[in-house]
This record gives sequence, structure tokens and C-alpha cells, in this order.
Amino acid sequence: MKENEKPEKGNQIIEEAAQAEYKYGFVTDIETDVIPKGLDEDVVRRISQLKGEPEWLLEFRLKAYHHWLTLKAPTWGHVHVPEIDYQAISYYAAPRQKVASDKKEIDPELKKTFDKLGIPLEEQLRLSGMAVDAVMDSVSVKTTYRDRLAELGVIFCSISEAVKDYPDLVRKYLGKVVPYTDNFYAALNSAVFSDGSFVYIPKGVRCPMELSTYFRINAAQTGQFERTLIVADDDAYVSYLEGCTAPMRDENQLHAAIVEIVVEDRAEVKYSTVQNWYPGDKDGKGGIYNLVTKRGLCRGDHSKLSWTQVETGSAITWKYPSCVLKGDHSVGEFYSVALTNNWQEADTGTKMIHLGRNSTSTIVSKGISAGHSQNSYRGMVKIAPKATGCRNFTQCDSLLLSDTSGAHTFPVIEVGNDTSVVEHEATTSKINEDQIFYCNQRGIPTEDAVGLIVNGYAKEVMAKLPMEFAVEAQKLLSISLEGSVG
Amino acid sequence: MNALKQYIDLYDESQALIEQQSPALLNKLRGVARERLQDAKLPRKGSEDYEATDLETVFAHDYGVNVNRLPFEADPAETFHCDVPNMSTCLYYTSNDAFHSSATAERNIGQVVVEPFSMAAVDYPELMDAYYGKLASLNDPTVALNTLLVQDGLFIYVPDGVVAERPIQLVNIFNAALDMMVQRRLLIVVGKNASIKLLACDHTQSPDYHYLNNQVVEIVAMQGSTIDYYDMEESTPLTSRVSSIYVDQHEGSNVLIDGITLVNGFTRNNFHVEVNGEHTETQLLGMTIASGEQHVDNHTFISHNAPRCHSNEMFKYVLDDNAVGAFAGKILVKPDCPRVEAYQGNRNLCGAPTAKMYTKPQLEIYTDDVMCSHGSAVGQLDEEALFYMRTRGISSSEARRLLMQAFVADIIDGVRMDALKDRLHYLVEKRFAGTLSNCAGCMAACKKK
Repeated sequence: MKENEKPEKGNQIIEEAAQAEYKYGFVTDIETDVIPKGLDEDVVRRISQLKGEPEWLLEFRLKAYHHWLTLKAPTWGHVHVPEIDYQAISYYAAPRQKVASDKKEIDPELKKTFDKLGIPLEEQLRLSGMAVDAVMDSVSVKTTYRDRLAELGVIFCSISEAVKDYPDLVRKYLGKVVPYTDNFYAALNSAVFSDGSFVYIPKGVRCPMELSTYFRINAAQTGQFERTLIVADDDAYVSYLEGCTAPMRDENQLHAAIVEIVVEDRAEVKYSTVQNWYPGDKDGKGGIYNLVTKRGLCRGDHSKLSWTQVETGSAITWKYPSCVLKGDHSVGEFYSVALTNNWQEADTGTKMIHLGRNSTSTIVSKGISAGHSQNSYRGMVKIAPKATGCRNFTQCDSLLLSDTSGAHTFPVIEVGNDTSVVEHEATTSKINEDQIFYCNQRGIPTEDAVGLIVNGYAKEVMAKLPMEFAVEAQKLLSISLEGSVG
Repeated sequence: MNALKQYIDLYDESQALIEQQSPALLNKLRGVARERLQDAKLPRKGSEDYEATDLETVFAHDYGVNVNRLPFEADPAETFHCDVPNMSTCLYYTSNDAFHSSATAERNIGQVVVEPFSMAAVDYPELMDAYYGKLASLNDPTVALNTLLVQDGLFIYVPDGVVAERPIQLVNIFNAALDMMVQRRLLIVVGKNASIKLLACDHTQSPDYHYLNNQVVEIVAMQGSTIDYYDMEESTPLTSRVSSIYVDQHEGSNVLIDGITLVNGFTRNNFHVEVNGEHTETQLLGMTIASGEQHVDNHTFISHNAPRCHSNEMFKYVLDDNAVGAFAGKILVKPDCPRVEAYQGNRNLCGAPTAKMYTKPQLEIYTDDVMCSHGSAVGQLDEEALFYMRTRGISSSEARRLLMQAFVADIIDGVRMDALKDRLHYLVEKRFAGTLSNCAGCMAACKKK
């Protein structure tokens, strides 16, 4: 078949791209406290004890753990998660120096790590105007700008601190959007979650800066189970960013996080993710299993939640940031670019559950598959019978850059009344040869042309990212893509 | 609860009788079907591919099965009213699951063969042997149940190069004074460069009883053949139907399948198309007009196993009252199948607050050089268009009817038989006007009113 034959140059370009290095694959040589591998009730108790948690939280963990024992890992995704030996993972790893030190004096090694990653932890980067919570392995390393935020009443700290300092708030909201019974990985996370960020924006406060958490897996043979909880009270606004990287290792590492968001009356939360966990090498060896549960509850009327994600990393991605639109006139948005290369597998999408009247949702998903990767969009739009006057628009497009990759869409639409309108559109196609030819004519080499076209293709989503992230995301896209056209 | 058990037990009790009355060929597969059913369960609502449909409840009803092959005669003169006017069709009918030749139909038109399995097994043993039960998957419990209990079926064969001049119309009639389940089975083999048009319609003569039609249709389209298969359902609110249509398309074949549901109780249609040759054309069309408690679930799967083929799929639903509509469609393009074009559409109108629509359009693509798309929409009639018509003095109900007719018009226009097209326009018009409780021409079902 002639169509299948690639020009020689194409092969060469692919090879080059495949060899493109994962920029964040270094390991920080830092002493780490790791509890022994394995998972049983004692480990759950130990984690809770290490973190000095109150009794109710330990109970929550134990309930989750016992529930987890009754569950089986889900197999419905279009991904091949191999049998994970949950006894071969260490569930808690903490950079040692940090534990003893005061928050103000950050360990130089750690600082170096985050400097390398370009995370503005220190004062010299004040200009970037972003508050950052950095999480290494299981522990939150440093949160910047806390004082300034505190003046406004904004709470931004690690969740373990929040448990100590604001137990009532945490207890009120923890596990309310994603209960531990939700799914296998949510139960696991609820039992062993280590750290994460807690954000509370009080009534009427517009958070003056972007809040950001940077997650980094460093230690080997550990899993990362962080938990993020964001609460925006009436009329509040916050934009929250999340970034993730991990060292290059031959083994697969597990990342099973939970993000819960509660949005009250007229409040707005923007949640942006640039996910760049180590995707494994060009033969599919190593890489992170990114099995994440993210859900937001638009509880108040006129509330708004917007998810934006750029997924380029991870060997396996399994995540569906969702919105439960409970308030009348509430708004849910989901913008996603998922790029898979080599042997990566991504199964991602969203759920929009319309419970409130006149709630609206928008879904824009762009999938790009190259190499031998599989990229799936899986989504659900559900309109409850009482949710009248709802509106949803979904667009999910897939771009295929190689004849060995796959692109799939699995949407589900359920409409329970006659005043709502739901639309879904999806296309799958190869990168347009005419466009490449056009660029070639103008002296733009094929490789750059592909970058241009893909960036244009993803622009709709990129435009939704906050400025700082948009730049990073764009760079990421071009790095991950470099010449992977055939 | 396991609804299948009553039928398995029935089979175990009367296996000898069933086998004695059937052609040997049908008995061959019963063993495997029995094995598959041993631990099988009918899908419940909410399971994969059955989001809105509960087959367990449908089969749980205490249906009679005509194991003894008692004859239920239907009067062909009554059913003849269902004939498509102005269209010269060759009419055949089945009463429950027994095939009857009609006085008004020639048995064989030209060289087209239409005969029951019992005869075909003698006349065309090689063909029957080569194709019976080869496409239908016994992993589906309803197909396995059909294979287990079926005693006869209809074999339609168009030899190489034969173009059937007259369309064949197959009228399926339910006619029994008791609740009954039938296993209808069709095997259609269309030879190289041959062509046929087929219209199958379901009717119920005694509307007071519960019927269940568990139907399996296997269609083989050889190189360069053309097949039009129109499957129309105009039964009663007490009639349930589970239909599985399997198609095997060879190089250069052109297949159109049209599933039309106007009146029914519960319907689940499975369309499974395997595209095994290049340069093929596949059209899957569907139209559902449902009100009251009607439940219509169409499930399609088109697997492109060869490069350079084209498929187009469009299903439209108009739902009113408490009607439930469901559509799930999957397009699969296998690796190394470049230049495939596959389109899928599903458009739905919800006309009442209690009507429900579930839709699940899916794409699974493993080749890069393809053009595939799907679109799905659930909504209402365009208010502006309604307003426009009102300003021109058209009443609200008339305006709605006009818009709904226009909405389904492109499905009807996809029909490749002019006379049937006209007939469908007429039937749909009547259906929307609320005057059609059955096929408008079918005196058989209406005479009691």
C-alpha cells in the first residue's frame, strides 16, 4: 500500500523526535524519608500518625482503605494499565531536611530542583506574581506569598497544614465532591493521600494572583497520592494552576490524585493543568501512570467552573475533570489538549452533570496522536429531567500524525427533558497535507509547518490558559511534537 | 432472576422435538448456542451498550414459544393492504415465524430465490452451509437464544449477475391468541454484481397480546453487489422486538440499510456491518417517531477492515410523551486501512418534558489517513421557524408538524425506491397527525376499531 509508505525524511524526523529528551528527567539527590513498601491498615495509621492528624481523618482514611479492599481496578478505559502490585509501592516519601527545617528556610537542594523546573519559589521571582505551593513526593515543600494572601483572608497552604489550622473547613468539604466510594483510585487516594493544596477564598474576595501548585515525584518506587481541595465562597474568584514533572526512571510510578472543588453562589474557579509527568522512553519503558479523579461541584447559583488541561506527559493518563452543575445558571467548561507520542496512552475527557436549571456547559477537546500512541476522548453530558433550559456544546477533534497511532471518541449524552439543547461534534483526520504543502511552498520546513498547524489546532484551548502557563504549554507542545509527522 | 432460564429449560425439555422438525443444518449450531447460554445473562439497564435498555425485563415476560409448530394462518388478503401502492413488489409473508407463500406473489422472480430454510437446505445445501450462522455472533445472548430455538427461516439468494427487477416485500405478521415469542431468521446472500431491494415490515394482527420478536438477519454482499434493505416496524404498543442485523460486505459492494420505527412497544435494533473489501459504500439510515411509552434503541457498529471504503450513517428521532430513545453508534477503522471516509450523525427532537434521549456516538480510529466525523444533537424545533410560520397564518400545531416532517425528510429521501419514498412521506405525515395507530393501509390491525 503506497499510502502507508512514508518518505525517508519522515522516518528520520520521527527518529529525531523520539530521541528528543525529556527535559525534566533529572533526579534530585536528596535524602528522603520513605516508609517501607506495602499497604495495610498499619501503613494507613502510620501515615496519619506521621502527619499528626486528628482522629476523624484517620477514621476517614480507614473507612476508605476498607472500602478499597472490596474494589477492583476499573478496566473500561481504552488504556492498558498492567496489574499494579500495590504492595510494591511506598506510600509516603518526604524529603528529609525539609521536615526538620522551618518553612522559611528552604533546603538549597530542593530550591535548586524547583529552580531547574522554573518554579518561582523565591523572592527574585516575585515579578511573576504567582503564589506557589510546591509538593515533592508526599510533602508540600513551600508555599509562597502566604502572608499577602492571608491579608485578604485567602487560605492557601498544604492540606496537612489546613487539617491542623482549619480543621472545620477541611472537615466540612473533604470527600464531599469525590467520596471515597467513588472509584478504585479515589478510595486508594482517600486512604493514603499524603499532601496537596488547600485553597479557601472567602466571600466576595477576588484572589489577586494566580495560585499554583507544582508536583514533583522524586523518590524511586513511590507513588504520589496528593489531594487538592479548593473552596470558593460566594462571589469569590480564583485561578489555580497545577504542573507536574517526574524523573526519568525505567520503572512505572503511580500517581493517583484527587482534586475537589466547591464553587458557591456567583463564585468562579479556573483550574488549569499542564501535565508533564515522565511519559516513558521511546520504547514505552517507564513513565508515570496518571490515574486521577477530578471533580468540581458548582453548588451555588450562577457559579462557574472552568477546567483547562494540557496533557503531554504520563505513560498512561486516565482522568476526567468533571463538573456537577447543581446551581441554577451555573456554568461548566472543559478545554483540553491531549498529546500522545511513542507508546503513551491517554483516556481523558469530562463529565458535565446538569442538575440546575439553565446551566450551561462547553467542552472543547483536542487530541493529537503520534507514534504508536492511543488517544481517547471519553465524556458524558447528562441533563436531569428537572434541569430545564440547559445548554451544552461539545467539540472533540482528533489529529493523527502517524498510521500506527489511534484516536478514539466515546461520548455519552443523556437528555431528560425537552427544553435543553445538547450538541456534539467530532472529527478525526490526518494533518492536512495541503496546509503542509502551502507552508513548504513558502519556505517553511515540514517540521515547523507541523508545529504551526498543531499549535493553530490547539489554539482554542491554549487561549484559555493563563499567560504564564500558555507559554510553557506552547513550548511543551512543540517539544513533544518535534517532527513527529510522517 | 435470569429470564433466559425459562427458555433454556424449554429447550432442554423439547430438544428432540425441535431438532426433528428443523433442517439438520440448524441443529448443528444449537450445541454451541446452548453452551454459550449456560452462564450468559441478558444485559440489564446501565450495562455497557445498554444505557437505557433492559433486555432482562423484556424477556422475563411469560411468552409462549411455538415449539410444536402449530400453524397460525393469516389471511394474505388482509395483509395485502400493507402492500406499497404504485409499486410492483413481490409479496411474501411470515405468520409469526412460519413462512408462507402468497397467492399474489410469484415464488421466484427471474432467478431470485426466496424460500424457507427447510426447502433451501435441500435446494442449496452448500450455500446454506457456507453462510448460515457465520456472521451472527453467539456471544450475544439474544442471538444465541434465536439459534437455540429457531426451527425455520427465510433464505433469499440472488445469483451472480442477477438484478432483481421487482423489489421483494416481506410482511411479518404476529397473529396468535396468546402472548408469544418468535425467533425470526433471515439469510440473504447476494452474488457478484447482483442487485436486490428488500422491504421488510412488521405488523401485529391481534393487538391485545404481548409479542416478542427475537430476530437475526444475516446479509452477505458479494463483490460488486447492491443491496437495499428497508426494515420498517409498525406494530403495537404491546409488541417488543430485538433485532440483530449482520452484514458482510465484499469489494465494491453497495449496501443501504434503513431502520424505520413508526409504532412499537419496545425495540432494540443492532446493526453490525463488517466492511471486508475495498471501494465499498455503506449507508445506514434510521428514523424513529415515538410517543406514548414507546422505547426505541438503535445500536450500530461499522467495522472498516479494508482501505478505501466509504460509510455514512444518520439516525433521527422524534420523541414525544414518555418515549425513550437511545442511539449508540461505533465506527471502527482498523490499522492499515487508509483512505476510509466514515460519517455518523444522530439528530433528535424532544417534544415533551418527559421524553428521554440517550446517545453515544463513538469513533475508534487506528489509521491516520482517514476522514471520520460524528455529530449528535438533542434539541427542540426552531422557535424562529415556528414564529415565521405563525406570522404566515399557519396554526401552531400545523407548523410543528411541518417542521417535524422536514426534520425527518432527509432520511426518507435516502430511500432508493420512489414509490416507497412517497409511501413513507404519507405514513409519516399521518403519524405526526396522530391518525396512524398502525400502518395506514393495514386494515388487518385496524378493523377492530
